[in-house]
Amino acid sequence: MALVETRALVKRFGAFTAVDGISFAVNRGEVVGFLGPNGAGKSTTMKLIAGFLEPTSGSAAIGGHDSQTDAIAARRQLGYLPEGAPLYPDMTVSDFLEFVAAMRGMTGAKARDRLAELVERIELAEVWDRRIEALSKGFKRRVGIAQALVHDPDVLILDEPTDGLDPNQKHEVRELIHSIAANKAIIISTHILEEVEAVCTRAIIIARGKMLSDSTPEELMSRTAATDAQGKPRSGSVRLEEVFRDITHPKKLETAGA
Amino acid sequence: MNTTLLVFRRELAAYFSTPIAAVFLVVFLAGVAGMTFFVANFFDRGQADLSAFFLWHPWLFLVLMPAIGMRLWAEERRSGTIELIMTLPVSPWSLVVGKWLAAWVFAGLALVLTMPLWVTVNYLGSPDNGVILMSYVGSWLLAGAYLAIATCMSALTKNQILAFIGAVVVNFLFVMAGFDLVLAAVRPWAPNVIIEAIASLSFIGHFQRIAEGVLEIPALIFFISLIFFALWLNVRILEVRKAA
Ligand SMILES: Nc1ncnc2c1ncn2[C@@H]1O[C@H](COP(=O)(O)OP(=O)(O)OP(=O)(O)O)[C@@H](O)[C@H]1O
Ligand SMILES: [Mg+2]
Repeated sequence: MALVETRALVKRFGAFTAVDGISFAVNRGEVVGFLGPNGAGKSTTMKLIAGFLEPTSGSAAIGGHDSQTDAIAARRQLGYLPEGAPLYPDMTVSDFLEFVAAMRGMTGAKARDRLAELVERIELAEVWDRRIEALSKGFKRRVGIAQALVHDPDVLILDEPTDGLDPNQKHEVRELIHSIAANKAIIISTHILEEVEAVCTRAIIIARGKMLSDSTPEELMSRTAATDAQGKPRSGSVRLEEVFRDITHPKKLETAGA
Repeated sequence: MNTTLLVFRRELAAYFSTPIAAVFLVVFLAGVAGMTFFVANFFDRGQADLSAFFLWHPWLFLVLMPAIGMRLWAEERRSGTIELIMTLPVSPWSLVVGKWLAAWVFAGLALVLTMPLWVTVNYLGSPDNGVILMSYVGSWLLAGAYLAIATCMSALTKNQILAFIGAVVVNFLFVMAGFDLVLAAVRPWAPNVIIEAIASLSFIGHFQRIAEGVLEIPALIFFISLIFFALWLNVRILEVRKAA
């Protein structure tokens, strides 16, 4: 059974259709990259899967539990980093992560051990007792990621997890995603195409609420020349970028009726 | 720990994590003292009781309770943390009740800080302490009702100022319901049941009956069911806004 499944998901805000009939399934071991121009509907789709928004029609399920009608069971299996990594500014990092762990029913030694492990992996030790409002953007993002991992969930939905991180941290987060990917279903959204090449097993391109492409990064890359005009090999992310621009080009979208 | 208590603890700590709590308590105590001593002439009345003090609570709370309650949901909407908390595997009831409870306990603390006044009247004379105790209970319940309405309004918007104004307006309607001014406007055309129904929603009427010191079960039930109803409405608002 797929760990994440969406069926003909539609979300309208008034007359505007932000998500327009998106269906896909993500299995254990897959890392799916959501790509698409600004306003494509990536974050909205993630909010629908997480159950924060209710779909206008269609449905989403996590671990077989409907995000709306069986929300609590669905959320137990979900770690979610919302867009912009919102956090409570008045709390310290430790208070915040302990709060999230406790809200997820983790207490005592179990919570302590898990948090200690995360502090190490996500390198939060130096800010552990600091108030979140006093953290740099990158540390805030790391706390946001830690928060999503507290209960070691089967499903991870991370909305732009590396936004605002320095190159070292970007690398660390990718390593982290890589190292836990084998027994989870992960969806990340990103505007950084080399990230797709580095961590994703699958890339879904969305524009104007519609899914335009669903394939492996390699398949995407193969749609464009492997060498430039001088015959020199081009890097994967350069090729991905070209394919991305080609697929999501506004003129092309018009003619495709998307 | 129970998730309602976890939310309660976080929210209560949030009140004290900024100078807002201190500012609020000072304003509240200054307001109470001003009303009691200058407007109601506490000392000139020559009576050892606190009725002059409790008389003003419905009016003072009308503004102060929305000020406590306005941030509860609006702040989470503004900062986006609502997305975190609403995707945790907990019932919206624990969030709603935990938040309201934190505000209510905070209001209770403000009331506790007025207790030197109680000590003073006991020093000056021999008041009916049963009446005073019941008045405190009534005042706290009244605060709870105002706050339940304020949390509801806060769930409707990400703008704290709008939440504040909405809460003051709705609370004001409940206060005014008992006044002849309002009842006189309805009387010419509305049947008696409706007039009585409107009058029975009056915050002041119920508050005063409790403050008179008789254990007024219907008045207690009124406040408790109103709080319960407003919290239920709050849960519904959260659910409906998901689909918006
Ligand atoms: N609550 C809302 N009310 C009205 N419109 C909304 C709402 N939320 C999102 N939208 C609109 O839906 C569209 C999709 O937004 P979404 O945030 O999903 O895009 P995105 O793909 O995540 O973009 P980005 O790459 O900029 O993060 C946008 O046009 C946005 O303005
Ligand atoms: Mg987005």
